[in-house]
Amino acid sequence: MISAEKLPENIQVNKKGHLKHFLTTEGLSRQLLAEILDTAENLAGVGERAVKKVPLLRGKTIANLFFEPSTRTRTTFELAAKRLSADVLNINIESSATKKGESLQDTLHTLEAMHCDMFVVRHANSGAAHFIASMVSPGIRVINAGDGRHAHPTQAMLDAFTIRRQKGKFSGLKIAIVGDIMHSRVARSEIHAFNTLGVKELRVIAPKTLIPAYMQAMGVKVFHNLESGLRGVDAVIMLRLQNERMQGALLPSAGEFFKMYGLTEKRLALANPEVMVLHPGPINRGVEIDSEVADGPRSVILEQVGYGIAIRMAVMSMCMGSAE
Amino acid sequence: MNICISKGRVIDPANGLDKVTNIYISKGKIAAIGRKPAGFENKKQINVNGQIVIPGLVDLSARLREPGKHYKADIASETRAAAAGGVTTLCCPPDTTPIIDTPAVVELIHQRSEQSGRVKVVCLGALTRGLKGERLAEMYTLKEAGCIGVSNAMQAISDTEVMRRAMEYAVTCDLTVFIQPEDPWLGGGIMHEGAYSTRMGIPPIPETAETLAIARDLLLIEATGARAHFMRLSTTRGVEMIREARKRGLPVTADVSIHQLHFTDKDTENYNSLCHVRPPFRHHSDKEQLIAGIKDGTITAICSDHQPLDHDAKMGPFSITEPGVSALEVLLPLALKLVDDRQTSLKTVIKAMTSAPAKVLEIESGSLSVGAAADLCIFDPEKNWTVSEKTLISEGKNTPTLDWEMKGKVTHTILNGRLVYKK
Repeated sequence: MISAEKLPENIQVNKKGHLKHFLTTEGLSRQLLAEILDTAENLAGVGERAVKKVPLLRGKTIANLFFEPSTRTRTTFELAAKRLSADVLNINIESSATKKGESLQDTLHTLEAMHCDMFVVRHANSGAAHFIASMVSPGIRVINAGDGRHAHPTQAMLDAFTIRRQKGKFSGLKIAIVGDIMHSRVARSEIHAFNTLGVKELRVIAPKTLIPAYMQAMGVKVFHNLESGLRGVDAVIMLRLQNERMQGALLPSAGEFFKMYGLTEKRLALANPEVMVLHPGPINRGVEIDSEVADGPRSVILEQVGYGIAIRMAVMSMCMGSAE
Repeated sequence: MNICISKGRVIDPANGLDKVTNIYISKGKIAAIGRKPAGFENKKQINVNGQIVIPGLVDLSARLREPGKHYKADIASETRAAAAGGVTTLCCPPDTTPIIDTPAVVELIHQRSEQSGRVKVVCLGALTRGLKGERLAEMYTLKEAGCIGVSNAMQAISDTEVMRRAMEYAVTCDLTVFIQPEDPWLGGGIMHEGAYSTRMGIPPIPETAETLAIARDLLLIEATGARAHFMRLSTTRGVEMIREARKRGLPVTADVSIHQLHFTDKDTENYNSLCHVRPPFRHHSDKEQLIAGIKDGTITAICSDHQPLDHDAKMGPFSITEPGVSALEVLLPLALKLVDDRQTSLKTVIKAMTSAPAKVLEIESGSLSVGAAADLCIFDPEKNWTVSEKTLISEGKNTPTLDWEMKGKVTHTILNGRLVYKK
C-alpha cells in the first residue's frame, strides 16, 4: 500500500539538498528559500524583454492539474511555464468532496502515460500535493499550487520576493497577516517561509473565530484587535475573505468585518511609515481593504502579480533541474 | 473431546489465578484446573510450556462488514482474523448495511458466524430506526432476537428528547445503552484539534466534541436511570467525567480502543491516512490519561475497534479517506506492549480484554472458572513477528502498525473446547 507515511521526511529535496518537489515552505532551509528568491531575481527580467522566453525547459511537458477552479494562479503558472519554453497542458478536473483518491490515482497514471514531466496541482484537500508526490513515478516533479487549507508555497515565496525587493532583507522586519487565517493556505505557507527567512516578528490578526487552535505554536503572535496588531509593522498582508464565511457562525457580516478589520488609511498610519501592503488577490474592496489603500502608494498588490511569474519560473526550473 | 493443556502459565484475573498449571477440558467446558479430574482421559495433550494461557479475548467492538460491505471484508474472513488474534467473543455494532434494527439482520449475522464457527458473535441492536436518531428501534424485538445491548453506533443523536426517550425505553427493556460520545456539530472535523491540525490545515475535532456529549448523556442517564457504556473514550477530560460519574454511583462503564493507547495526533503529521480514525488520535497527554484510566478501573475495557477497509478507502488526501483501523490481530500484542513499556500490568490488560468486557456485555465469558465454556487464548509472550499485509489474516490491511515488530503471538485459540486457530 502506498501511503504518505512511507515518504522520507524530506520528500521535497533530493540527496544533494536540491529542490525536487515544491509542496510546502515548511522544512526547507533558509538557504534553499533564498536560492528560490535569487533564481526568481535572475528570471524576473525575462518578462520585460522583447522575446519573453528562455529555453530552460524546452521539450518538457507541464500539466496544470486544477481540481479546484482558479484563474490567476493557473494563468501565472501557465505563463511561467511558457516563458521557460515548456509545453503546457491545462486540465481542469471537476472535484467534489466525495471524490475518492481512486479516481485521482487514475487521472495521475493516465497523465503519466502521456509522459508529462511535471504536475502543477491545486486541490481542495489538505495534503493532496503530498499524496500526489508520493504516487507519481520518480522522474516526475510536483508543484503545489494550493492544497486545502494547508499550503500555497509559491504565493508565500512571491510575497517574500516582493518584500525583499523593497526592504532588501528580512531581519528586523515585523510582518502582520490579517484576515481569515483559519482557512488560509497562504497564511500557513507565509508563516513557515517568513520564520525561516528570519523576520523579527510575525503577527496574525483576526477575530477568534478565524484563528485556529494553538496558532502560537506556529511561531506567531496573535492579535484580535487590528489597531494594536498594526502598530509598528513593516508589511501588512491582507487575506481575501470568502463570502461563505458569512454563511455560518464565523462572522456576522461583511460590513461588520470591515468595521473591525478593514484596512483603511487611518489604520495604516499606525504602522511603520514605510509599510508595504500586500494581498494575494483577488481583492474584496470594502470588505478587507479600502480602495484608497489598495490603490494607494503603500500598495504593492499589482507588482505581486508580476513577481508571481518569476517565482513560479524559478521553482519550476529548480525542480526540473534537480537530479533524482 | 478431552483436552489437557499442560504446563502453561495460566492467568485468569476473574479468579485471581496466575500460576503454571494444567487445564483440563471436557465436553467443551473447563473440567478442572490443576489436578486432573477423576476418570479424565486425555484424547489430546497440548504442551504449552513457556506460554501464557488466558481466557479467550472478549472484544467490545469489531466490524465484520457483513452484511453490506463485502468488498471490504466478510464474516468468514474476519472471524478467521479474530481467532488468529485470540478473540473468542466479539460484539458487532449495529451500523451494518442494512442496519441491525430488525431481527432478520441479527439472525443473518448469528447464522453466518455460527457457520464460520471460529468466534462467538454478539450484536448490538440499533437504538433508533436506521440509526437516524428520530424514531425508536424495536428494542424489545431486537433483544428477543439476541441483541445484548442497544447503540446508535457512530451516529450521534442530536435531538435530546429522542435520546431521553430512547434511554427510558432501553431501561424498560432492561438493555444497556452503548454510547459513542460525539457532539454532531463539534464532531464535524477530521482530526484532533491541536497544533498539528492547525499546521496541516485539517478541519479539527475539539475535545469538547467528546466531553459535551458525555456531559449531556450523563445527565440523561441520571434522569432516566439508564445503564450505559461509553465507547472509545479519547480525551483526558472525558476520562475524568466518567471517573467522577462512577464515583457518584452512576451505572456507567467505558472502554478505549487499543490504538488510542499507542498513537497521538503527531502520528498523522505526514498525512498518514492509516492514522485517520474516529474519534481521532489526540494529544500525548490524553493518551497518558487514557492509560491512567485503565489502571484505576475508570476505563474497564480495551477493545480492538476493528474496522477493516479496502485498499482504495485509504488512498487519497487525508480528509477524504475513510477512518478506521484493522486491529483484531494486533489487539493482544499492542496490549502486551503496554506491559513491556511498563505502562500497566499484565493482569490489568488481560482483565480489560476478558472478564471486564464480558461483564459489560452481561455474558458468561472471559473467565476460566470450572464449568465455564472452554474459550481460551494461548500465546507465546516472547515470540517476535512483523505486522505486514501478508501476516494479517483480516481482509483489512489498514493499520498504522504495518512494519511494526510485535512481541507476543497467539499460538492456539480454543472455542468451546475446540481448536479454532493454531499457528
